[in-house]
Amino acid sequence: MEFSALLAQLLNGLAEASSLFLVAAGLSLIFGVTRIVNFAHGSFYMLGLYVAYSTVEYLVGRLGPAGFWVGLVVAPVAVGAFGALVEIVLLRRIYKAPELFQLLGTFALVLVINDATLYLWGPEELLGRRAPGLAGSISLLGRQFPTYNLFLMVIGPLVLGLVWLLLARTRWGVLVRAATEDRQMLGALGVNQAWLFTAVFALGALLAGLGGAVQLPREPANLALDLRSIGDAFVVVVVGGMGSLPGAYLAALLIAEIKALCVGIGSVHVLGLDFSLSKLTLVVEFLVMAVVLVVRPWGLLGKPQAGSRNSAPAEAPLRPAGNGLRWVALVVFVALAALPLLQTWLPYASVLAQDVLVSVLFAVSLHFIMGPGGLHSFGHAAYFGLGAYGAGILLKVLTLPMPLAFTFAPLVAGLGALLFGWFCVRLSGVYLAMLTLAFSQIVWSVVFQWEAVTGGSNGLTGVWPAAWLGDTAYYYLTLVLVAASVLLVRRIVFSPFGYALRAARDSALRADAIGIDVMRVRWAAFVVAGLFAGLAGALFVFSKGGVSPDVMAVGKSVDGLVMVLLGGIQQLVGPLLGASVFSVLQDSIMRATDYWRAVFGGVILLLVLVFPHGIAGFFQGLGNAWARLAARKPALLPREKRA
Amino acid sequence: MNALPTPALLEVNGLDAWYGAAQILFGVNLNVRRGEVVALMGRNGAGKSTTLKALMGMLDRHRGQVRFLGQDVSQQVPFQRARLGLGFVPEDRRVFTHLSVAENLEVGRQPERRWPDGSAALNWTPPALYELFPNLGAMQGRPGGQMSGGEQQMLTVARTLMGNPFLILLDEPSEGVAPVIVEQMAQMILQLKARGASILLSEQNVHFAEWVSDRAYVLEKGQIRFEGSMAELAADEAVRRAYLTL
Repeated sequence: MEFSALLAQLLNGLAEASSLFLVAAGLSLIFGVTRIVNFAHGSFYMLGLYVAYSTVEYLVGRLGPAGFWVGLVVAPVAVGAFGALVEIVLLRRIYKAPELFQLLGTFALVLVINDATLYLWGPEELLGRRAPGLAGSISLLGRQFPTYNLFLMVIGPLVLGLVWLLLARTRWGVLVRAATEDRQMLGALGVNQAWLFTAVFALGALLAGLGGAVQLPREPANLALDLRSIGDAFVVVVVGGMGSLPGAYLAALLIAEIKALCVGIGSVHVLGLDFSLSKLTLVVEFLVMAVVLVVRPWGLLGKPQAGSRNSAPAEAPLRPAGNGLRWVALVVFVALAALPLLQTWLPYASVLAQDVLVSVLFAVSLHFIMGPGGLHSFGHAAYFGLGAYGAGILLKVLTLPMPLAFTFAPLVAGLGALLFGWFCVRLSGVYLAMLTLAFSQIVWSVVFQWEAVTGGSNGLTGVWPAAWLGDTAYYYLTLVLVAASVLLVRRIVFSPFGYALRAARDSALRADAIGIDVMRVRWAAFVVAGLFAGLAGALFVFSKGGVSPDVMAVGKSVDGLVMVLLGGIQQLVGPLLGASVFSVLQDSIMRATDYWRAVFGGVILLLVLVFPHGIAGFFQGLGNAWARLAARKPALLPREKRA
Repeated sequence: MNALPTPALLEVNGLDAWYGAAQILFGVNLNVRRGEVVALMGRNGAGKSTTLKALMGMLDRHRGQVRFLGQDVSQQVPFQRARLGLGFVPEDRRVFTHLSVAENLEVGRQPERRWPDGSAALNWTPPALYELFPNLGAMQGRPGGQMSGGEQQMLTVARTLMGNPFLILLDEPSEGVAPVIVEQMAQMILQLKARGASILLSEQNVHFAEWVSDRAYVLEKGQIRFEGSMAELAADEAVRRAYLTL
């Protein structure tokens, strides 16, 4: 490869790094102070681009070319103001909620903002005008290099310097840095944290908005930008170290340059095989992240975090099912078994029931690692997808008979969980959430790009069950397998292994001290959860006759989380109820409106705001209130935060 | 109690407080007058630190009346109490380890105050504090995390003084520092008192408390068991044996 081409790619990498850094810097700043991982940060980036499009179009009409630059400044400020509003209206209510609820709450914002953007700007991509004065290109060693990229290259380090000055040299900056360390002490010294948090959040949103706005001449505004940029920003922040701004810039630079190199080098020839490095770009950042998290779990320039202050209340012990519950389960099973007999009157019922059963199994598998395991996975859809694709590929590409393909599919997912789990069980809290998310993105990217085997974005079709497993027979197979899995998971939870797992969740140190190999137990649980998710995926693919990459997208993982939280994480029947309610609701909402994402987001927000301590916590609160009324004791306020 | 020579700066009536479901304080009554140094004494776990935290508004669950400068503050959150002029020096110091000494002081800074009667309160600036704590003056740029325990203890006091508090809640000033630092802490308290500061301190060390305080309350199992002048406490062998000696 020519040197000049490589140089051009490296310079492009520098320009890319700026935007990555702007988004990541805001995310990092917000996390440092509020301890909230803002899923909606990518939405601020997207909004920055859309708002910049509109302000620039409007202002260029009024002010001429200068309007471009004014618009580029106005847009981030508007996004910052919107961020402040979001903080005041929503986030202030969830600072004390468990981490998982905070992540879900901000993810709900992603959905709402996405649909609002769709409503305001429409579904078409919008390409902004070019920057007046910087529209041309300069010649670099005989190659054309866009002038605007030079501007982008400068803006990243410039903002890094300005924010650094703000943090190092102003009273506000001193307070922000103090807040990252000890918020309670800050309050005792007379600082009103509420406004400090709002200001930090607004600044973070402004930076993300700026990151989006400066992309105006380079990238069309579109509705997929929010999740794409949040994925990138997560990776940058985690690689650089949560809360470290120089780390964020370093990581942005590293990732952008590695991507640029992959594109620049193109394909390489190793051992008689052609590898296309340019196709690696979607995966490479996640690979970098996985490597960094294993070698330096706190990121390149990060410092080990003290344990999260947002510890959820201690969970009540699980109880085996009583006689009542067993009877209910039996009745439900019989009712489900009778559904196909009612086909004449309820033609849609068994189709819906099939979907519900698959969701139930998916939710049960996720609940197993989240509830008893205490490991919050944001990428559980990966194992569902591996099961589905595993079955499809075994059937279509390796032409195995259907029963064999079906049997091996969960093992494919289990293998994936075995590999990824080894990394994941080493982390906890938000880092774990992000690593699981990263792995699911890797799987998604591979599936999306490996067209020859997976069918790319079209997915696989014609994946039908064997003839003897016709419509009704397949439904009964699903029913029996899901019921058996639910019982088996219950059995596991109450086995010695289940006790060890719960002990590790409640106190990893003490579990360790009594001879439980915490990591091994968690790893095994991760694999078990992967196997059952894979089974759900296999059941899914044969019922639909095909599969597309959507089944392992971030949204599907979040669906699982919502199912589990909706039902209540502290109860074993939680995921069953949650998944059933969720699937039926989703089915009806999606058929009723185009803006189902916003409705769905609204439901999650409601869930998070009304039940900030989980549904089980809500009922516990009711129980306390009742006991208080009975005993006429003083008001029971929320528990003192555990240090 | 009715014929106080000066009006009470802090008046606490029937203070109850809980950690989670466990009640720690039971109907604590106490008061501090302007210019006084009052010791809150008792063994480990008697509820001394809990009392100070509750006075600062740092416990989620509490009941009872806390009047500061005649104003009921029992429903106020910590930053509001701090802004009224209640200063808190925590027992575990909690200096900001990534911030320098000067920055730690900056975090505590609040505007100058005047007493409700218009007279100037004791107002502090970093140079004045560096004079009071010469050690700190010599390490203004050093991160809080790289200081010795005694230096951190002084920084914590200085940081609280930057808020120009009318009343300082000082939690276990002699706890866990070298004897020479204990002596410095005592000298510092006496100096502050000489300048007119008011202090409520929690203390296990009887000698230390006798050295610096005017009056004392003795806590046991979350209840006040004794109140009186330091001289009375010194004379009351029964109380000392029952609640203070180990």
